[in-house]
Amino acid sequence: MVKMVMRGNEATALGAKLCRPHVIPAYPITPSTMFPERISEYIADGELDSEFVLVESEHSAMSAAIGAAATGARVTTATASQGLELMHEMLFIASGMRLPIIMAVGNRALSAPINIWCDHQDTISARDCGWIQMYAERNQEALDLMIMAFKIGENKRVLLPALVGLDAFVLTHTQEIVDAPTQEEVDKFLPPYKPTHVYLDPKRPISIGSFGSPDVYMEFRFAQDIAMSVEAPKVIDEVFKEWEKLFGRKYQKVTAFECKDADIIIVTMGSMTGTARETVRKLRAAGKKVGLCKITVLRPFPDQELKEILKNAKVVAVADRSLSLGYGGPVYAEIASSFINDAKKPMVQSFIIGLGGRDVLIKDFETIVSKCEATVRSGKVEKTTEWINVNYEPAEVK
Amino acid sequence: MVKVSIGAVNYVPASSLNYKTGSWRSMRPNLDETKCKGCNLCFIFCPDSAIVMCERIIDGKPKKKAQINYDYCKGCGICAKECSADAITMTEEVK
Repeated sequence: MVKMVMRGNEATALGAKLCRPHVIPAYPITPSTMFPERISEYIADGELDSEFVLVESEHSAMSAAIGAAATGARVTTATASQGLELMHEMLFIASGMRLPIIMAVGNRALSAPINIWCDHQDTISARDCGWIQMYAERNQEALDLMIMAFKIGENKRVLLPALVGLDAFVLTHTQEIVDAPTQEEVDKFLPPYKPTHVYLDPKRPISIGSFGSPDVYMEFRFAQDIAMSVEAPKVIDEVFKEWEKLFGRKYQKVTAFECKDADIIIVTMGSMTGTARETVRKLRAAGKKVGLCKITVLRPFPDQELKEILKNAKVVAVADRSLSLGYGGPVYAEIASSFINDAKKPMVQSFIIGLGGRDVLIKDFETIVSKCEATVRSGKVEKTTEWINVNYEPAEVK
Repeated sequence: MVKVSIGAVNYVPASSLNYKTGSWRSMRPNLDETKCKGCNLCFIFCPDSAIVMCERIIDGKPKKKAQINYDYCKGCGICAKECSADAITMTEEVK
């Protein structure tokens, strides 16, 4: 391993490069533009032997990725925000055709109003598309998860596409020290991709993307869900363990910090986890029983692992950097519903925070904890969804 | 039980012929062979390749005539619209 200073986009581009992809179709979009830039530099410098496909939109980028992956090629790309939404219909097709395309997504807010900053709305809105979703807290995680995503997605029990979310600017454009694996190390970890279900061979004609009438469609969706809900969780654990053995860095679908005796546990995803961890350290020093639970894998949803960590808390505070309009926090909804059939369960509160790149500060998590303390005292949740750090006043129409 | 391949890959070439779509039809094309001039227009315009051109011996001579394959015809009516001899009429499909 080599210690290097790099931005999050450089980490995902390096991770992709080390996996020796055959085809990389990409369309630049803030904050992920640096990914195709780095990839084209690698190819121009002769460091990477790949086909870089210049396309006219993200819809075409994902279409080209699907076409390339259907020939049996290893394919990667990157996008963000509106770009991911433009890919939306193709995301389902990549998954349904069981093509393990690996994508880095610079998590960014959606228009309108136009905003290029950090927000999880893009990937959250794509969580039902059949893609494995992993979220990085730091650039090191962005690099590691990118490489591991290939091994997870390409596993014959899984065969699903996967995306790695990294927060816009906070990670994509911020330099950090990263332990970069060498090519030899990655070659040892990741074998060449040799699919048996789809590959281009004139001697073996096949039809792909076929028509599925009502008498077969449900069975195909059922098979896809076995791969996602039954096999992928096991394969993710196996790959995380192998990574730890080889590189010494431990990954878990969900990671607990100071949760054992905690009355209040904050749940986070992405870069705000670091801020939440500092808040927990500060409050623990003041004698408060506060813990933190970080979600790394959102799809497949790690409900059992989450419940194991959260079940003994009095209040769980889910910090969502996205919003289901007319409902509340999407991650909150999933955590709350995973407890629904249990006799013993914590109270769960939803906090909407840091939308469109609004800074998430230690004082914001302190506000969340103080609201949860009030819930502990009263014994019931007064307000299910609360917005943190919003100063709203309607303007007059002129 | 339904056998499911990974990614709905179909390993049998030209197997779409096994999937008969004629039951979708609500309108039925009826061909009057005495009017058909064998001009090929319906064959060209049929979006489902459900028209077959064949040879008939009429008055001792071979004549080209259209034939409708009802296993696949979905009853769109394009053949009736395009027919240069008004040889095809559409009627409601009655089962």
